[in-house]
Amino acid sequence: MATARTHRSYVSYIDKSREYYAAHGYGKPYGWLAHNDAPFTPLPKPLSECKVGLLNTSYFLPEGFVYRVPQDLPRVPALAPRAELARLNNEYLSWAKDETHTGDLESYLPFAQMDAAVAAGRIGAVSDNAYCLPTQFSHRKTQKRDTPQIIEWLKADEVDVVLAVPL
Amino acid sequence: MSLAARLIEEAGIPTVVIGSARDIVEECAVPRFVFVDYPLGNPCGKPFDVASQTTIANTALELLEKAFAPQTTVQAPVVWSEDDDGWRERFMYVSEENRATLAAAGDERRRIQAEIREGEGR
Repeated sequence: MATARTHRSYVSYIDKSREYYAAHGYGKPYGWLAHNDAPFTPLPKPLSECKVGLLNTSYFLPEGFVYRVPQDLPRVPALAPRAELARLNNEYLSWAKDETHTGDLESYLPFAQMDAAVAAGRIGAVSDNAYCLPTQFSHRKTQKRDTPQIIEWLKADEVDVVLAVPL
Repeated sequence: MSLAARLIEEAGIPTVVIGSARDIVEECAVPRFVFVDYPLGNPCGKPFDVASQTTIANTALELLEKAFAPQTTVQAPVVWSEDDDGWRERFMYVSEENRATLAAAGDERRRIQAEIREGEGR
């Protein structure tokens, strides 16, 4: 159904977060990355033969982790074996906690959906590891340290295509 | 995550970002993007709602298969709520009424951080 609106419908998180953190007394707004173009790699083979890797922004926390301030969080990439997904944690990520919850893994890490796609012959396989890449404030760390590690794991697992899911 | 998708793509592995922060992803510019117009937290579907999860997964797989150019955005055909659009306003809400509360929360956070830094310096 069409409606008439004076503002765009979708939320601008760049605007919202800038105003929100300014109201908290943080002086310098975050600089979001902006590009005019993007790379593009065609599928290497039919999707029905591709192995899918699932990448997300959750933390993979060590046993006994105690949170005090954001600096305590292990902001490092992690390889999360499918059998150990209970260790994933996104409590400390910024998402709409007043509206929803992340109690269903499928709402951000769709393993069951990928299993169904394998069974239906839609994709070839799904990697037995989930790949965790907690968001960094530092673009440089994402670029120079974290993503190269993720790429190494993806290649070792022979992943052909990636579903990348920021919470 | 958008920057990572670009780098993974450059390394020769096709990617599709599934996300709800449209402005952030599109500003960064990624190869393929499924926009899910939901509150942040559940880009792959509502919790325990297999119908929306299936729709979004299928949209992502189809985009992987059919995109022919970078920066292709497809909006997943899902709606968070037919009768409540208030979630858009409520997230990170700032108004004259809560401004003092937010400022106090910021001060408290900086105080705790300073305390911890001091403790670690000892």
